[in-house]
Amino acid sequence: MSNSLLSLKDVHANIHQYNILHGVNLEVPKGEVTMLLGRNGAGKTTTLRTIMGLWQAHAGTIELAGMDVTRQPTAQIAKQGVGYVPEDMGIFSDLTVEENMRLAAVSAPLSQERMDRIFLAFPPLKTFWHSAAGNLSGGQKQMLSIARAMAEERQLYLIDEPTKGLAPAIINTMAAALSELKAKGATILMVEQNFEVAKYLGDHCAVMEDGKIIWTGPMNELAQDNELQERLMGLNMEAS
Amino acid sequence: MSTAPQHNPTLGQASLKDRFAPYIPIALVPLLMLVGMVAIQAPSSWMTLTVSGLAMGMMIFIMASGLTLVFGLMDVINFGHGAFVSVGAFIGISILLSLGALTGAPSLFLNILAILAAIVGAMIGAGALGWAFERVIVKPVYGAHLKQILVTMGGMIVVEQLILVLWGPDEIFINRPEALKGAFIFLGAAVEKYRLLAVVFGLGIFFAMRWVLRHTKIGLIVRAGVENGEMVKALGYPLRLVFISIFIAGSALAGLGGVMWGLYQEVITAHMGGNLMVLVFIVVIIGGLGSVEGCFIGALLVGLLQNYVGFLDPKLALVSNIGLMVLILMWRPQGMVPVVRAK
Repeated sequence: MSNSLLSLKDVHANIHQYNILHGVNLEVPKGEVTMLLGRNGAGKTTTLRTIMGLWQAHAGTIELAGMDVTRQPTAQIAKQGVGYVPEDMGIFSDLTVEENMRLAAVSAPLSQERMDRIFLAFPPLKTFWHSAAGNLSGGQKQMLSIARAMAEERQLYLIDEPTKGLAPAIINTMAAALSELKAKGATILMVEQNFEVAKYLGDHCAVMEDGKIIWTGPMNELAQDNELQERLMGLNMEAS
Repeated sequence: MSTAPQHNPTLGQASLKDRFAPYIPIALVPLLMLVGMVAIQAPSSWMTLTVSGLAMGMMIFIMASGLTLVFGLMDVINFGHGAFVSVGAFIGISILLSLGALTGAPSLFLNILAILAAIVGAMIGAGALGWAFERVIVKPVYGAHLKQILVTMGGMIVVEQLILVLWGPDEIFINRPEALKGAFIFLGAAVEKYRLLAVVFGLGIFFAMRWVLRHTKIGLIVRAGVENGEMVKALGYPLRLVFISIFIAGSALAGLGGVMWGLYQEVITAHMGGNLMVLVFIVVIIGGLGSVEGCFIGALLVGLLQNYVGFLDPKLALVSNIGLMVLILMWRPQGMVPVVRAK
C-alpha cells in the first residue's frame, strides 16, 4: 500500500529463548483503522510491543512514516507521535487521574479544549479527576488508558485489547470513543478479541497465527465470510 | 454497535478505616515515643534520647532515600551505597579541617558557612562517584540481582581501599564547629545543639524531596517510573536518563549523610558507610522499597528504637532494629508504605 504510515517487513522477535515473531509483514494505512486479529498466543501483543520498541526486533525493519525505527529506543518512538495503550492498561495507580493525564502530555501541557474533548468521551474521568487511579474500576482504568493516549496529537495509535474483560455498557463507551477518534482521521493499529468491536471499528484487518500474518484484507470481507473466519481464527459465528 | 450508554458514576464517602489507613505508619512514631517514655520513666533522659533518636533517624533517612528510589526505579540492589557515605564523609570532613578559621570562630554564621562548604564538596564528590559507579559497575548488571549484589559489594570494597590509600589507614577525629558544640537545657533535659540542627536539616530535606516528588514533572516521572517504568518510556520519557540522575542525586545525598554522620560521631573511618548499611537496608525494607515516605518513617523508628534500647540495654540495640523489621514485615510484607509495582 502506497499510503502506509507504518510498515513491518519480515520482523522477527524473541522473548528470552522463545521465538515469537517469525517474519511479520504488515502495512498500516494512514488515517484508517487496522485490526490485528488471531488466536491467543499468535503474537499480536508481541507485534505491538516490538513496534513500540519494548521488545527488540532481531531481524527485519519497522518503518514509521518512511523512517526506520527498528532500533530506536521506546521513548524516541513515542516522541514521534505513537500513542500506546497496553493490554494491562499501564495506568499509574499511585498517581491521581489528573497526574496520569499530566504525565501523558509530554510536549505541552493539556489544553482546556483537549480536556473537554476527553471528558466528553469519558465523563467518569472528570468525576474522579483528583482520585487515585488505582481506585478506579476496570472500565474507568481503560478509559484513562485511552484518554492518556489522546492527551497529545499522535500520528499512530497502538491499542491492545481495549475491551478486554469489560462490561457490555463500558465496551460501548470505548467503541464510541474510538469511533470518534477514527472519525478525526486517526491511524490506529488495534488488537481486538471482540469480533463485534473489530467489525464496527475496523477498515482493514490482518490475521496472525504462529508469529506470522496469514491473511490481510478489508475488514468487511472477513466480517461477511463465516467460512474464512472459521478457517483463520476458529470463529464460528453461526454456532455461537 | 449500539450508541454509548450513560456512565456517570459519582464519588462516594470512603469508610473510616480506609481514610485512616495511610496514617497508621506515621502514627507509629509518636506511639514509639510514648512507649519509650513509659519504659525510660525519667523525662529528661527520654527527651535527650528522643532528640538524639530523631537526629539519627534523619541522617539515616538522608543516606537511605536515594537507595530506595534507585531500587524502585530500576530494580537495582546497590550494596555499594555505603561507599558514597564514606567518600562524602572524607571529602566533607577534609574541607572542614581545611577551614579551621571558620570552624574555630565562635560565630554560628561562619560555622554554618564552613559546614555548607563541606556539604557541597561532599555532595559533588559522592555524586561524581555515583555517576562513575553506575556507568562502570551497575550498568552491565541490570536485571541480574545476584550479580548486582556481588559487583556492588566489590565496588564498595574497592572504594574503601582507595580511601585508605588517599587518606591513610587511621580514623580521622574531628571537633564540631564552635557554635555547635555543647547542649542547651530544655525542660530540664540536655539537648545537643548539633543534633537539633540535624533534625531541622533532615526535616528540610524530607519536605523538599516530598515537594519535588509531588509537585514537579520530574517528581511525577519518578513516582510513575517506580510503579511502571515501561509505561513511562512508552509515554516518551527517557527513563534511563532519569535513573542516572536519581542515582547521582541519591549518591550525593548519601555523601551529605556521611558528612552529617561524621560530625555526629566526631570520627570517620573508611568502613563507616559499610557499617551503616545494615541500618540503611532495614530502613529501606521496612519503609517499602521505592517509597520515600516509608523510608522517612522507617528511619525515625529505627533511630528512636536504637537510642531507647541502647539506653535501657545497650547489647540489644541492633537486635531491636532487626526485631522491628521482623514485626513490620509480618504486619505489612511489602513495607509500611508499599509502592504499587506493575512489574
